[in-house]
Amino acid sequence: MNSAKKNRLKDNAFKYFGIGCTMFGLAMLAVFIGNILMEGFTRIDWDFITNFPSRIPAKAGILPALIGTLWIMVLTAIISIPLGIAAAIYLEEYGKKSKLANVLEINISNLAGVPSIIYGLLGLEIFGRIMGMGGSLLAGASTLSLLILPIIIVSTREALKAVPKSIKEASFALGASKWQTISYQLLPASFGGIITGIILALSRAVGETAPLIVIGALAYVPFVPTSPTDEFSVLPIQIFNWISRPQKGFAINAASAIIILLLVTFILNGIAMYLRNRWQKKVKW
Amino acid sequence: MQRIKERIIEITLALAAVITILTTIGIIWVLFSQTIDFFSEVSILDFLTDTQWTPLFADKHFGILPLVAGTFLTTFIAILVALPVGLTIAVYLNEYAPKSFRKIIKPLLEILAAVPTVVYGFFALSVVTPFLQMLIPGMSGFNALSAGIVMGIMIIPLITSLSEDALFAVPKALREASYGMGSTRLQTAFKVMVPAASSGIIVSVILGISRAVGETMIVAIAAGQQPRLTLNPLVPIETITTYIVQVSTGDVAHGSLEYRTIFAAGMALFVFTFILNNISHWVKKKFQEKYE
Repeated sequence: MNSAKKNRLKDNAFKYFGIGCTMFGLAMLAVFIGNILMEGFTRIDWDFITNFPSRIPAKAGILPALIGTLWIMVLTAIISIPLGIAAAIYLEEYGKKSKLANVLEINISNLAGVPSIIYGLLGLEIFGRIMGMGGSLLAGASTLSLLILPIIIVSTREALKAVPKSIKEASFALGASKWQTISYQLLPASFGGIITGIILALSRAVGETAPLIVIGALAYVPFVPTSPTDEFSVLPIQIFNWISRPQKGFAINAASAIIILLLVTFILNGIAMYLRNRWQKKVKW
Repeated sequence: MQRIKERIIEITLALAAVITILTTIGIIWVLFSQTIDFFSEVSILDFLTDTQWTPLFADKHFGILPLVAGTFLTTFIAILVALPVGLTIAVYLNEYAPKSFRKIIKPLLEILAAVPTVVYGFFALSVVTPFLQMLIPGMSGFNALSAGIVMGIMIIPLITSLSEDALFAVPKALREASYGMGSTRLQTAFKVMVPAASSGIIVSVILGISRAVGETMIVAIAAGQQPRLTLNPLVPIETITTYIVQVSTGDVAHGSLEYRTIFAAGMALFVFTFILNNISHWVKKKFQEKYE
Protein backbone atom coordinates (compact mmCIF):
# COMPACT_ATOMS: atom_id res chain seq x y z
CA MET A 1 0.00 0.00 0.00
CA ASN A 2 1.48 3.36 -0.93
CA SER A 3 1.38 6.29 1.42
CA ALA A 4 -1.32 8.19 -0.44
CA LYS A 5 -3.66 5.26 -0.06
CA LYS A 6 -2.73 4.87 3.57
CA ASN A 7 -3.44 8.52 4.19
CA ARG A 8 -6.79 8.27 2.52
CA LEU A 9 -7.61 5.26 4.62
CA LYS A 10 -6.70 7.09 7.81
CA ASP A 11 -8.71 10.06 6.63
CA ASN A 12 -11.79 7.91 6.18
CA ALA A 13 -11.20 6.12 9.47
CA PHE A 14 -11.25 9.42 11.27
CA LYS A 15 -14.42 10.43 9.50
CA TYR A 16 -16.22 7.42 10.90
CA PHE A 17 -14.62 7.95 14.29
CA GLY A 18 -15.96 11.51 14.18
CA ILE A 19 -19.44 10.31 13.30
CA GLY A 20 -19.13 7.73 16.08
CA CYS A 21 -18.21 10.35 18.69
CA THR A 22 -21.05 12.64 17.62
CA MET A 23 -23.45 9.73 17.77
CA PHE A 24 -22.10 8.79 21.20
CA GLY A 25 -23.15 12.20 22.50
CA LEU A 26 -26.58 11.91 20.91
CA ALA A 27 -27.01 8.28 21.97
CA MET A 28 -26.30 9.27 25.56
CA LEU A 29 -28.97 11.95 25.28
CA ALA A 30 -31.42 9.37 23.88
CA VAL A 31 -30.65 6.69 26.52
CA PHE A 32 -30.89 9.32 29.13
CA ILE A 33 -34.29 10.68 28.13
CA GLY A 34 -35.61 7.22 27.24
CA ASN A 35 -34.64 5.81 30.61
CA ILE A 36 -36.22 8.67 32.51
CA LEU A 37 -39.44 8.50 30.49
CA MET A 38 -39.67 4.73 31.00
CA GLU A 39 -39.11 4.94 34.73
CA GLY A 40 -41.10 8.03 35.47
CA PHE A 41 -43.87 8.37 32.95
CA THR A 42 -46.33 5.96 34.58
CA ARG A 43 -46.20 7.88 37.83
CA ILE A 44 -47.24 11.23 36.37
CA ASP A 45 -50.88 12.10 36.89
CA TRP A 46 -52.83 14.99 38.32
CA ASP A 47 -52.35 13.70 41.88
CA PHE A 48 -48.59 13.67 41.47
CA ILE A 49 -48.69 17.36 40.57
CA THR A 50 -51.17 18.43 43.22
CA ASN A 51 -50.05 16.29 46.19
CA PHE A 52 -47.70 17.23 49.00
CA PRO A 53 -44.53 15.23 49.70
CA SER A 54 -45.15 12.11 51.72
CA ARG A 55 -43.32 9.24 53.37
CA ILE A 56 -45.25 6.86 51.14
CA PRO A 57 -43.79 7.09 47.62
CA ALA A 58 -47.07 6.34 45.84
CA LYS A 59 -48.83 9.21 47.60
CA ALA A 60 -46.08 11.78 47.33
CA GLY A 61 -46.43 14.77 45.00
CA ILE A 62 -44.50 17.79 43.88
CA LEU A 63 -46.92 20.66 44.47
CA PRO A 64 -44.83 22.71 46.95
CA ALA A 65 -41.65 22.18 44.91
CA LEU A 66 -43.34 23.12 41.67
CA ILE A 67 -44.86 26.28 43.14
CA GLY A 68 -41.49 27.04 44.75
CA THR A 69 -39.78 26.74 41.37
CA LEU A 70 -42.33 29.12 39.81
CA TRP A 71 -41.85 31.61 42.67
CA ILE A 72 -38.07 31.43 42.31
CA MET A 73 -38.30 31.92 38.56
CA VAL A 74 -40.53 35.00 38.84
CA LEU A 75 -38.60 36.61 41.70
CA THR A 76 -35.25 35.95 40.05
CA ALA A 77 -36.55 37.50 36.84
CA ILE A 78 -37.80 40.60 38.69
CA ILE A 79 -34.45 41.11 40.42
CA SER A 80 -32.00 40.12 37.71
CA ILE A 81 -33.52 41.49 34.49
CA PRO A 82 -33.45 45.23 35.31
CA LEU A 83 -30.03 44.96 36.96
CA GLY A 84 -28.55 42.93 34.11
CA ILE A 85 -29.87 45.14 31.34
CA ALA A 86 -28.88 48.34 33.15
CA ALA A 87 -25.35 47.06 33.78
CA ALA A 88 -25.00 45.94 30.17
CA ILE A 89 -26.18 49.32 28.83
CA TYR A 90 -23.68 51.06 31.07
CA LEU A 91 -20.79 48.88 29.94
CA GLU A 92 -21.68 49.01 26.26
CA GLU A 93 -22.83 52.60 25.84
CA TYR A 94 -21.43 54.73 28.65
CA GLY A 95 -18.30 53.48 30.33
CA LYS A 96 -16.55 52.12 27.27
CA LYS A 97 -13.08 53.41 27.91
CA SER A 98 -13.19 54.31 31.58
CA LYS A 99 -11.07 52.50 34.16
CA LEU A 100 -14.23 51.41 35.95
CA ALA A 101 -15.46 49.69 32.81
CA ASN A 102 -12.19 47.84 32.46
CA VAL A 103 -12.35 46.57 36.04
CA LEU A 104 -16.01 45.63 35.57
CA GLU A 105 -15.20 43.69 32.45
CA ILE A 106 -12.48 41.53 34.02
CA ASN A 107 -14.63 41.10 37.09
CA ILE A 108 -17.66 39.85 35.16
CA SER A 109 -15.69 37.28 33.23
CA ASN A 110 -14.24 36.06 36.53
CA LEU A 111 -17.67 35.86 38.16
CA ALA A 112 -18.96 33.75 35.29
CA GLY A 113 -16.36 31.13 36.23
CA VAL A 114 -17.18 30.96 39.94
CA PRO A 115 -18.86 27.63 40.83
CA SER A 116 -22.53 28.00 41.70
CA ILE A 117 -22.09 26.47 45.14
CA ILE A 118 -19.84 29.42 46.10
CA TYR A 119 -22.77 31.75 45.36
CA GLY A 120 -24.68 29.60 47.81
CA LEU A 121 -22.11 30.34 50.54
CA LEU A 122 -22.36 34.06 49.67
CA GLY A 123 -26.16 33.96 49.88
CA LEU A 124 -26.10 31.99 53.13
CA GLU A 125 -24.01 34.63 54.90
CA ILE A 126 -25.12 37.89 53.21
CA PHE A 127 -28.82 37.35 52.45
CA GLY A 128 -29.59 34.58 54.93
CA ARG A 129 -27.76 35.76 58.02
CA ILE A 130 -26.68 39.41 57.76
CA MET A 131 -29.82 40.63 55.95
CA GLY A 132 -31.95 38.25 57.99
CA MET A 133 -33.81 36.58 55.14
CA GLY A 134 -33.02 33.06 56.36
CA GLY A 135 -33.91 30.31 53.94
CA SER A 136 -36.71 32.31 52.30
CA LEU A 137 -37.72 32.55 48.64
CA LEU A 138 -36.30 36.06 48.59
CA ALA A 139 -32.87 34.87 49.78
CA GLY A 140 -32.92 32.11 47.16
CA ALA A 141 -33.98 34.40 44.33
CA SER A 142 -31.40 37.05 45.31
CA THR A 143 -28.64 34.42 45.31
CA LEU A 144 -29.68 33.05 41.92
CA SER A 145 -29.96 36.59 40.53
CA LEU A 146 -26.32 37.26 41.35
CA LEU A 147 -25.47 33.90 39.79
CA ILE A 148 -27.13 34.63 36.43
CA LEU A 149 -26.29 38.35 36.31
CA PRO A 150 -23.03 37.79 34.37
CA ILE A 151 -24.91 35.66 31.81
CA ILE A 152 -27.57 38.34 31.27
CA ILE A 153 -24.98 41.12 31.05
CA VAL A 154 -22.87 39.29 28.48
CA SER A 155 -25.80 38.33 26.24
CA THR A 156 -27.40 41.80 26.47
CA ARG A 157 -24.12 43.39 25.47
CA GLU A 158 -23.86 41.09 22.48
CA ALA A 159 -27.38 42.09 21.43
CA LEU A 160 -26.61 45.81 21.82
CA LYS A 161 -23.37 45.39 19.91
CA ALA A 162 -25.26 43.87 16.97
CA VAL A 163 -27.23 47.08 16.36
CA PRO A 164 -25.50 48.99 13.53
CA LYS A 165 -23.80 52.25 14.36
CA SER A 166 -25.76 54.09 11.66
CA ILE A 167 -29.00 53.74 13.68
CA LYS A 168 -27.38 55.35 16.67
CA GLU A 169 -25.83 58.11 14.61
CA ALA A 170 -29.08 58.85 12.81
CA SER A 171 -30.81 59.22 16.16
CA PHE A 172 -28.12 61.59 17.46
CA ALA A 173 -28.33 63.58 14.23
CA LEU A 174 -32.02 64.14 14.83
CA GLY A 175 -31.14 65.71 18.14
CA ALA A 176 -32.00 62.85 20.44
CA SER A 177 -30.10 62.65 23.71
CA LYS A 178 -28.06 59.60 24.64
CA TRP A 179 -30.77 58.08 26.79
CA GLN A 180 -33.44 58.80 24.18
CA THR A 181 -31.30 57.03 21.60
CA ILE A 182 -30.87 54.04 23.90
CA SER A 183 -34.49 53.75 24.98
CA TYR A 184 -36.17 54.53 21.63
CA GLN A 185 -33.67 52.97 19.21
CA LEU A 186 -31.13 50.58 20.69
CA LEU A 187 -33.33 48.67 23.14
CA PRO A 188 -36.21 48.02 20.72
CA ALA A 189 -33.75 47.03 17.98
CA SER A 190 -31.93 44.56 20.21
CA PHE A 191 -34.99 43.29 22.05
CA GLY A 192 -34.92 39.84 20.48
CA GLY A 193 -31.34 39.15 21.45
CA ILE A 194 -31.84 40.47 24.96
CA ILE A 195 -34.93 38.39 25.66
CA THR A 196 -33.24 35.24 24.32
CA GLY A 197 -30.33 35.71 26.71
CA ILE A 198 -32.68 36.34 29.62
CA ILE A 199 -34.71 33.20 28.99
CA LEU A 200 -31.58 31.05 28.75
CA ALA A 201 -30.31 32.55 32.00
CA LEU A 202 -33.62 31.86 33.74
CA SER A 203 -33.63 28.29 32.50
CA ARG A 204 -30.23 27.93 34.12
CA ALA A 205 -31.63 29.32 37.38
CA VAL A 206 -34.54 26.87 37.33
CA GLY A 207 -32.15 23.91 37.16
CA GLU A 208 -29.80 25.12 39.91
CA THR A 209 -29.73 22.96 43.01
CA ALA A 210 -26.52 23.40 44.97
CA PRO A 211 -26.72 27.11 45.87
CA LEU A 212 -30.28 26.73 47.12
CA ILE A 213 -29.36 23.73 49.26
CA VAL A 214 -26.55 25.77 50.78
CA ILE A 215 -28.71 28.78 51.65
CA GLY A 216 -31.03 26.38 53.46
CA ALA A 217 -33.94 25.65 51.15
CA LEU A 218 -35.91 22.77 52.62
CA ALA A 219 -36.07 19.22 51.36
CA TYR A 220 -39.44 18.57 52.95
CA VAL A 221 -42.08 21.28 52.60
CA PRO A 222 -45.63 20.38 53.64
CA PHE A 223 -47.08 23.76 52.58
CA VAL A 224 -47.33 25.94 49.49
CA PRO A 225 -45.25 29.12 49.83
CA THR A 226 -47.49 32.17 49.54
CA SER A 227 -45.13 35.11 50.03
CA PRO A 228 -41.47 35.89 49.23
CA THR A 229 -40.54 35.57 52.89
CA ASP A 230 -41.77 31.96 53.14
CA GLU A 231 -39.44 29.02 53.27
CA PHE A 232 -39.50 26.83 50.21
CA SER A 233 -38.29 23.90 48.17
CA VAL A 234 -37.77 23.68 44.41
CA LEU A 235 -38.05 20.80 41.94
CA PRO A 236 -34.31 20.04 41.74
CA ILE A 237 -34.07 19.80 45.54
CA GLN A 238 -37.15 17.58 45.70
CA ILE A 239 -35.51 15.36 43.07
CA PHE A 240 -32.23 15.27 44.98
CA ASN A 241 -34.09 14.36 48.14
CA TRP A 242 -35.92 11.51 46.46
CA ILE A 243 -32.77 10.20 44.77
CA SER A 244 -31.03 10.07 48.15
CA ARG A 245 -33.61 7.67 49.58
CA PRO A 246 -33.10 3.93 49.36
CA GLN A 247 -36.67 2.86 48.48
CA LYS A 248 -37.31 2.08 44.81
CA GLY A 249 -40.60 4.01 44.88
CA PHE A 250 -38.79 7.28 45.47
CA ALA A 251 -36.47 6.66 42.51
CA ILE A 252 -39.56 6.42 40.32
CA ASN A 253 -40.87 9.63 41.86
CA ALA A 254 -37.53 11.28 41.13
CA ALA A 255 -37.75 10.21 37.48
CA SER A 256 -41.28 11.62 37.24
CA ALA A 257 -40.24 14.92 38.80
CA ILE A 258 -37.28 15.02 36.39
CA ILE A 259 -39.72 14.77 33.47
CA ILE A 260 -41.54 17.83 34.77
CA LEU A 261 -38.27 19.70 35.37
CA LEU A 262 -36.94 18.83 31.91
CA LEU A 263 -40.24 19.93 30.42
CA VAL A 264 -39.85 23.33 32.06
CA THR A 265 -36.20 23.76 30.97
CA PHE A 266 -36.79 22.48 27.44
CA ILE A 267 -39.81 24.73 26.96
CA LEU A 268 -37.75 27.73 28.10
CA ASN A 269 -34.87 26.74 25.82
CA GLY A 270 -37.27 26.12 22.95
CA ILE A 271 -38.79 29.58 23.32
CA ALA A 272 -35.29 31.08 23.39
CA MET A 273 -34.22 29.21 20.25
CA TYR A 274 -37.45 30.16 18.46
CA LEU A 275 -37.02 33.83 19.31
CA ARG A 276 -33.40 33.74 18.26
CA ASN A 277 -34.18 32.27 14.85
CA ARG A 278 -37.15 34.53 14.30
CA TRP A 279 -35.18 37.58 15.20
CA GLN A 280 -32.26 36.64 12.99
CA LYS A 281 -34.63 36.24 10.07
CA LYS A 282 -36.69 39.33 10.70
CA VAL A 283 -33.98 41.85 11.37
CA LYS A 284 -31.72 42.46 8.43
CA TRP A 285 -29.77 45.67 8.50
CA MET B 1 -32.79 69.91 32.98
CA GLN B 2 -32.27 67.38 30.23
CA ARG B 3 -28.59 67.17 31.09
CA ILE B 4 -29.31 66.49 34.77
CA LYS B 5 -31.71 63.76 33.81
CA GLU B 6 -29.13 62.16 31.54
CA ARG B 7 -26.57 62.31 34.32
CA ILE B 8 -28.92 60.66 36.81
CA ILE B 9 -29.64 57.88 34.34
CA GLU B 10 -25.95 57.27 33.74
CA ILE B 11 -25.25 57.06 37.47
CA THR B 12 -28.15 54.67 37.99
CA LEU B 13 -26.88 52.39 35.24
CA ALA B 14 -23.36 52.52 36.66
CA LEU B 15 -24.71 51.51 40.07
CA ALA B 16 -26.29 48.41 38.55
CA ALA B 17 -22.94 47.52 37.01
CA VAL B 18 -21.16 48.05 40.30
CA ILE B 19 -23.32 45.31 41.88
CA THR B 20 -21.14 42.80 40.06
CA ILE B 21 -18.08 44.19 41.83
CA LEU B 22 -19.91 44.07 45.14
CA THR B 23 -20.67 40.41 44.42
CA THR B 24 -17.00 39.63 44.04
CA ILE B 25 -16.11 41.60 47.15
CA GLY B 26 -18.93 39.81 48.99
CA ILE B 27 -17.68 36.36 47.97
CA ILE B 28 -14.11 37.11 48.96
CA TRP B 29 -15.13 38.75 52.22
CA VAL B 30 -17.48 35.94 53.27
CA LEU B 31 -14.95 33.22 52.44
CA PHE B 32 -12.05 35.07 54.07
CA SER B 33 -13.76 36.08 57.29
CA GLN B 34 -15.14 32.61 57.96
CA THR B 35 -11.92 30.89 56.93
CA ILE B 36 -9.88 33.10 59.26
CA ASP B 37 -12.20 32.16 62.12
CA PHE B 38 -11.74 28.55 61.09
CA PHE B 39 -7.97 28.81 61.20
CA SER B 40 -8.08 30.33 64.66
CA GLU B 41 -9.20 26.88 65.82
CA VAL B 42 -7.47 24.61 63.32
CA SER B 43 -3.87 25.01 62.27
CA ILE B 44 -3.21 25.67 58.60
CA LEU B 45 -0.55 22.97 58.63
CA ASP B 46 -3.09 20.35 59.73
CA PHE B 47 -5.53 21.60 57.11
CA LEU B 48 -3.00 21.17 54.33
CA THR B 49 -1.20 18.01 55.44
CA ASP B 50 -3.54 15.88 57.56
CA THR B 51 -4.73 12.90 55.53
CA GLN B 52 -8.12 12.60 57.20
CA TRP B 53 -11.23 14.77 56.94
CA THR B 54 -13.66 13.94 59.74
CA PRO B 55 -15.13 17.22 61.05
CA LEU B 56 -18.51 15.64 61.73
CA PHE B 57 -17.13 12.76 63.84
CA ALA B 58 -16.10 12.65 67.49
CA ASP B 59 -12.44 12.24 66.53
CA LYS B 60 -12.09 15.38 64.44
CA HIS B 61 -9.49 15.72 61.70
CA PHE B 62 -9.39 18.66 59.32
CA GLY B 63 -7.14 17.59 56.46
CA ILE B 64 -8.46 18.89 53.14
CA LEU B 65 -6.35 16.42 51.10
CA PRO B 66 -8.98 13.64 50.87
CA LEU B 67 -11.53 16.12 49.50
CA VAL B 68 -8.99 17.54 47.06
CA ALA B 69 -8.06 14.03 45.94
CA GLY B 70 -11.73 13.19 45.36
CA THR B 71 -12.24 16.39 43.39
CA PHE B 72 -9.22 15.79 41.19
CA LEU B 73 -10.08 12.15 40.62
CA THR B 74 -13.58 12.89 39.32
CA THR B 75 -12.30 15.87 37.32
CA PHE B 76 -9.54 13.78 35.74
CA ILE B 77 -11.98 11.08 34.66
CA ALA B 78 -14.37 13.72 33.29
CA ILE B 79 -11.68 15.33 31.15
CA LEU B 80 -10.48 11.92 29.99
CA VAL B 81 -13.97 11.42 28.53
CA ALA B 82 -14.75 14.96 27.42
CA LEU B 83 -11.52 16.04 25.76
CA PRO B 84 -11.13 13.28 23.12
CA VAL B 85 -14.84 13.06 22.37
CA GLY B 86 -15.47 16.82 22.47
CA LEU B 87 -12.46 17.71 20.33
CA THR B 88 -13.18 14.94 17.81
CA ILE B 89 -16.75 16.19 17.42
CA ALA B 90 -15.47 19.74 16.94
CA VAL B 91 -12.96 18.67 14.28
CA TYR B 92 -15.50 16.43 12.59
CA LEU B 93 -18.18 19.14 12.46
CA ASN B 94 -15.73 21.76 11.23
CA GLU B 95 -13.68 19.74 8.70
CA TYR B 96 -15.81 16.82 7.58
CA ALA B 97 -19.52 17.21 8.20
CA PRO B 98 -21.82 18.71 5.58
CA LYS B 99 -23.39 22.02 6.61
CA SER B 100 -26.89 20.59 6.89
CA PHE B 101 -25.68 17.91 9.32
CA ARG B 102 -23.98 20.55 11.46
CA LYS B 103 -27.17 22.57 11.59
CA ILE B 104 -29.06 19.64 13.11
CA ILE B 105 -26.32 18.39 15.43
CA LYS B 106 -25.35 21.64 17.10
CA PRO B 107 -28.72 22.43 18.70
CA LEU B 108 -29.02 18.79 19.79
CA LEU B 109 -25.68 18.99 21.56
CA GLU B 110 -26.80 22.25 23.11
CA ILE B 111 -29.64 20.31 24.71
CA LEU B 112 -27.02 18.24 26.56
CA ALA B 113 -25.68 21.48 28.00
CA ALA B 114 -29.14 22.69 29.08
CA VAL B 115 -29.98 19.64 31.19
CA PRO B 116 -29.89 20.47 34.94
CA THR B 117 -27.02 18.72 36.70
CA VAL B 118 -29.27 17.01 39.26
CA VAL B 119 -30.70 15.09 36.30
CA TYR B 120 -27.21 13.98 35.27
CA GLY B 121 -26.71 12.78 38.82
CA PHE B 122 -29.81 10.61 38.58
CA PHE B 123 -28.54 9.24 35.27
CA ALA B 124 -25.15 8.38 36.80
CA LEU B 125 -26.65 6.61 39.78
CA SER B 126 -29.49 4.73 38.08
CA VAL B 127 -28.07 3.92 34.63
CA VAL B 128 -24.29 4.27 34.42
CA THR B 129 -23.41 2.75 37.79
CA PRO B 130 -25.50 -0.44 37.33
CA PHE B 131 -24.07 -0.77 33.81
CA LEU B 132 -20.48 -0.44 35.06
CA GLN B 133 -21.19 -2.87 37.89
CA MET B 134 -21.99 -5.50 35.28
CA LEU B 135 -18.59 -4.91 33.67
CA ILE B 136 -16.61 -4.49 36.87
CA PRO B 137 -17.94 -6.83 39.55
CA GLY B 138 -17.32 -5.63 43.07
CA MET B 139 -17.54 -1.96 42.18
CA SER B 140 -19.22 0.07 44.88
CA GLY B 141 -22.65 1.62 44.29
CA PHE B 142 -21.12 5.05 44.86
CA ASN B 143 -17.87 5.69 43.01
CA ALA B 144 -15.77 8.29 41.25
CA LEU B 145 -15.78 6.46 37.91
CA SER B 146 -19.48 6.70 37.16
CA ALA B 147 -19.74 10.29 38.40
CA GLY B 148 -16.65 11.26 36.42
CA ILE B 149 -17.88 9.69 33.18
CA VAL B 150 -21.25 11.41 33.40
CA MET B 151 -19.59 14.70 34.29
CA GLY B 152 -17.47 14.18 31.15
CA ILE B 153 -20.62 13.76 29.06
CA MET B 154 -21.94 16.98 30.57
CA ILE B 155 -18.75 18.85 29.61
CA ILE B 156 -18.61 17.55 26.00
CA PRO B 157 -20.82 20.38 24.61
CA LEU B 158 -18.66 23.01 26.34
CA ILE B 159 -15.43 21.66 24.84
CA THR B 160 -17.04 21.05 21.45
CA SER B 161 -18.55 24.49 21.10
CA LEU B 162 -15.50 26.45 22.30
CA SER B 163 -13.09 24.33 20.21
CA GLU B 164 -15.31 24.65 17.19
CA ASP B 165 -15.38 28.42 17.54
CA ALA B 166 -11.58 28.38 17.70
CA LEU B 167 -11.31 26.14 14.61
CA PHE B 168 -13.83 28.27 12.77
CA ALA B 169 -11.81 31.40 13.46
CA VAL B 170 -8.76 29.99 11.65
CA PRO B 171 -8.57 31.72 8.25
CA LYS B 172 -9.80 29.64 5.33
CA ALA B 173 -6.58 30.40 3.44
CA LEU B 174 -4.61 28.12 5.76
CA ARG B 175 -6.90 25.19 5.09
CA GLU B 176 -6.90 25.80 1.38
CA ALA B 177 -3.11 26.08 1.30
CA SER B 178 -2.92 22.73 3.05
CA TYR B 179 -5.30 21.12 0.57
CA GLY B 180 -3.30 22.74 -2.20
CA MET B 181 -0.24 20.87 -0.97
CA GLY B 182 -2.15 17.64 -1.40
CA SER B 183 -2.94 16.96 2.28
CA THR B 184 -5.90 14.86 3.27
CA ARG B 185 -8.63 16.27 5.50
CA LEU B 186 -7.15 14.44 8.48
CA GLN B 187 -3.68 15.90 7.90
CA THR B 188 -5.16 19.35 7.40
CA ALA B 189 -7.21 19.02 10.56
CA PHE B 190 -4.48 17.87 12.93
CA LYS B 191 -1.35 19.38 11.38
CA VAL B 192 -2.75 22.79 10.39
CA MET B 193 -6.14 23.63 11.89
CA VAL B 194 -5.77 22.23 15.42
CA PRO B 195 -2.30 23.76 15.97
CA ALA B 196 -3.56 27.09 14.62
CA ALA B 197 -6.54 26.95 16.99
CA SER B 198 -4.55 25.52 19.90
CA SER B 199 -4.98 28.50 22.23
CA GLY B 200 -8.76 28.35 21.90
CA ILE B 201 -8.74 24.60 22.42
CA ILE B 202 -6.54 24.89 25.51
CA VAL B 203 -8.92 27.51 26.88
CA SER B 204 -11.85 25.15 26.30
CA VAL B 205 -10.09 22.38 28.25
CA ILE B 206 -9.17 24.65 31.14
CA LEU B 207 -12.74 25.94 31.37
CA GLY B 208 -13.91 22.32 31.24
CA ILE B 209 -11.62 21.46 34.16
CA SER B 210 -12.84 24.48 36.08
CA ARG B 211 -16.44 23.45 35.43
CA ALA B 212 -15.74 19.88 36.62
CA VAL B 213 -13.98 21.05 39.79
CA GLY B 214 -16.97 23.19 40.74
CA GLU B 215 -19.64 20.69 39.70
CA THR B 216 -21.72 19.64 42.65
CA MET B 217 -24.87 17.62 42.12
CA ILE B 218 -23.49 14.79 39.97
CA VAL B 219 -20.77 13.96 42.46
CA ALA B 220 -23.02 14.54 45.47
CA ILE B 221 -25.46 11.97 44.11
CA ALA B 222 -23.21 9.38 42.48
CA ALA B 223 -19.72 9.57 43.99
CA GLY B 224 -20.61 9.06 47.64
CA GLN B 225 -19.96 11.00 50.80
CA GLN B 226 -16.87 9.31 52.21
CA PRO B 227 -13.73 11.47 52.25
CA ARG B 228 -10.91 9.14 51.35
CA LEU B 229 -7.35 9.78 50.20
CA THR B 230 -7.29 7.44 47.23
CA LEU B 231 -6.97 7.33 43.47
CA ASN B 232 -9.11 4.21 43.18
CA PRO B 233 -12.11 5.17 41.03
CA LEU B 234 -14.21 2.19 42.18
CA VAL B 235 -14.83 3.17 45.80
CA PRO B 236 -16.95 5.93 47.35
CA ILE B 237 -15.11 9.24 47.74
CA GLU B 238 -16.11 12.80 48.56
CA THR B 239 -15.39 16.00 46.67
CA ILE B 240 -15.08 19.51 48.12
CA THR B 241 -18.47 20.47 46.70
CA THR B 242 -20.17 17.33 48.03
CA TYR B 243 -18.92 18.07 51.53
CA ILE B 244 -20.51 21.52 51.41
CA VAL B 245 -23.82 19.98 50.31
CA GLN B 246 -23.55 17.25 52.96
CA VAL B 247 -23.18 19.78 55.76
CA SER B 248 -25.88 22.07 54.30
CA THR B 249 -28.49 19.30 54.24
CA GLY B 250 -27.78 18.39 57.86
CA ASP B 251 -28.31 20.29 61.08
CA VAL B 252 -25.24 22.39 61.77
CA ALA B 253 -25.48 25.43 64.04
CA HIS B 254 -24.45 28.86 62.75
CA GLY B 255 -21.07 29.92 64.05
CA SER B 256 -19.94 26.43 65.05
CA LEU B 257 -16.65 24.99 63.84
CA GLU B 258 -18.50 22.54 61.60
CA TYR B 259 -20.33 25.49 60.03
CA ARG B 260 -17.02 27.19 59.30
CA THR B 261 -15.56 24.11 57.65
CA ILE B 262 -17.82 24.61 54.63
CA PHE B 263 -16.39 28.09 54.14
CA ALA B 264 -12.83 26.78 54.43
CA ALA B 265 -13.72 24.10 51.89
CA GLY B 266 -15.39 26.76 49.73
CA MET B 267 -12.24 28.87 49.94
CA ALA B 268 -10.15 25.96 48.64
CA LEU B 269 -12.62 25.47 45.81
CA PHE B 270 -12.67 29.18 44.99
CA VAL B 271 -8.87 29.33 44.87
CA PHE B 272 -8.68 26.37 42.47
CA THR B 273 -11.27 27.71 40.05
CA PHE B 274 -9.90 31.26 40.29
CA ILE B 275 -6.43 30.04 39.28
CA LEU B 276 -7.84 27.95 36.42
CA ASN B 277 -10.00 30.80 35.10
CA ASN B 278 -7.10 33.21 35.17
CA ILE B 279 -4.81 30.78 33.37
CA SER B 280 -7.45 30.55 30.66
CA HIS B 281 -7.68 34.36 30.35
CA TRP B 282 -3.90 34.52 30.20
CA VAL B 283 -3.66 31.83 27.52
CA LYS B 284 -6.40 33.55 25.54
CA LYS B 285 -4.59 36.89 25.62
CA LYS B 286 -1.03 35.68 25.22
CA PHE B 287 -1.30 32.97 22.62
CA GLN B 288 -4.13 34.15 20.47
CA GLU B 289 -2.65 33.97 16.99
CA LYS B 290 -3.41 37.05 14.98
CA TYR B 291 -4.19 36.58 11.34
CA GLU B 292 -4.63 39.59 9.18
